[in-house]
Amino acid sequence: MRTLETILSEHPFFKGLPERHLKVIVGCASNVSFGEGEIIFREGEEANCFYLIRQGRVALEVYAAGVGTITIQTLDAGDILGWSWLVPPYRWHFDARVVEPVRAIALDGECLRRKCEEDHDLGYELLKRFAEIITQRLQATRLQLLDVYGLRS
Amino acid sequence: MIPCPFRIRTVRRETQDTFTLELEPAGGSERFAFKPGQFNMLYVFGVGEIPISISGDPANAGVLMHTTREVGTVTKAMGRLKRGDIIGVRGPFGTPWPVQEAEGADVVIVAGGIGLAPLRPALYHMLAHRDRYEKIVLLYGARTPSDILYRRELQRWRAQFDLEVHITVDRAMSGWRGNVGVVTSLIPRAPFDPRSAVALVCGPEIMMRFTVLELQRRGVLPSQIYISMERNMKCGVGICGHCQLGHCFVCKDGPVFRYDRIEHLFERREI
Repeated sequence: MRTLETILSEHPFFKGLPERHLKVIVGCASNVSFGEGEIIFREGEEANCFYLIRQGRVALEVYAAGVGTITIQTLDAGDILGWSWLVPPYRWHFDARVVEPVRAIALDGECLRRKCEEDHDLGYELLKRFAEIITQRLQATRLQLLDVYGLRS
Repeated sequence: MIPCPFRIRTVRRETQDTFTLELEPAGGSERFAFKPGQFNMLYVFGVGEIPISISGDPANAGVLMHTTREVGTVTKAMGRLKRGDIIGVRGPFGTPWPVQEAEGADVVIVAGGIGLAPLRPALYHMLAHRDRYEKIVLLYGARTPSDILYRRELQRWRAQFDLEVHITVDRAMSGWRGNVGVVTSLIPRAPFDPRSAVALVCGPEIMMRFTVLELQRRGVLPSQIYISMERNMKCGVGICGHCQLGHCFVCKDGPVFRYDRIEHLFERREI
């Protein structure tokens, strides 16, 4: 059976992370699974973890009055779900709903924040990785906002 | 240079604002040979003439297919045509997709919106000669689920074991079970070998720009990337200059260009 440490070390998000940091992170990790249709978190709730999706698909949704529930992005195996645990006020900004059954590794945000405060090297390594993901998502969102397939194209 | 009369066999609604015309020579038996990626000038009599890429099967020279979106005066008039109406056709014009050059390699096709139409003949060709290619991957992005072109065909292709089809939409309501996100987000995990893959890209220019960046980030060289440019083509033979792009005429030297040959023009604002 593959250990959490092996799974985390093989994940692209943690690629190149020193073993000592990985050992600390494993202490905050646990295996989780969610069934189809299940809500992993809801907008406004406390954001105290993030997920490494190993299998399945999650939709990030927002409810707009008079329009309904809009999916703004889907995340699949290999993706990271959630960064609100990292930034005050630690609240989710969207709903995360399971589209296809999910197996993931949940990482306790409170635990990680504490450990990052204690070890700034670990904090910097994690922030670098999250900065990359946040940048990619921001760029993708900008492209989405351009509405390139809209009437003007 | 004189338009040939073609009769409309069918007008098929693809989405709310796109349709496909199936044409046959009004004279009867002539066949219309073309290469994947080429375009025709279609003339709606009394309204105007516009360039539209050919979207049908190059192996079926008896039927000519064009998919277009109703955006301007001519395409709107075209959308009102019915079965049996006559339309003028000049062509085929332009450079084709490198379907021969891609033999023996993985092929990654990145299409955005109506950009799937000029790529469909290349897909038909490659699927008809499947053993000549390694992996074939289609990455297709549309605005919403209801804007997805060729739905039935995509479903059929998806069910095939020798073609990978990944579709994403920019926005969707919660009933949609597929991907939501820009088409470039499909590239990092698409199953192809960047060292040898040939990439065929067609869609809005801004989408192609970001697609090229993402392909390069994945390790695909500019010389392995082909893009189809759209400009205001008029004569179709590189004389009038309407479609000039730097030293190139899109109608004659394009519309399909190897990216490294126009890279310096692609990012220039004044062209």
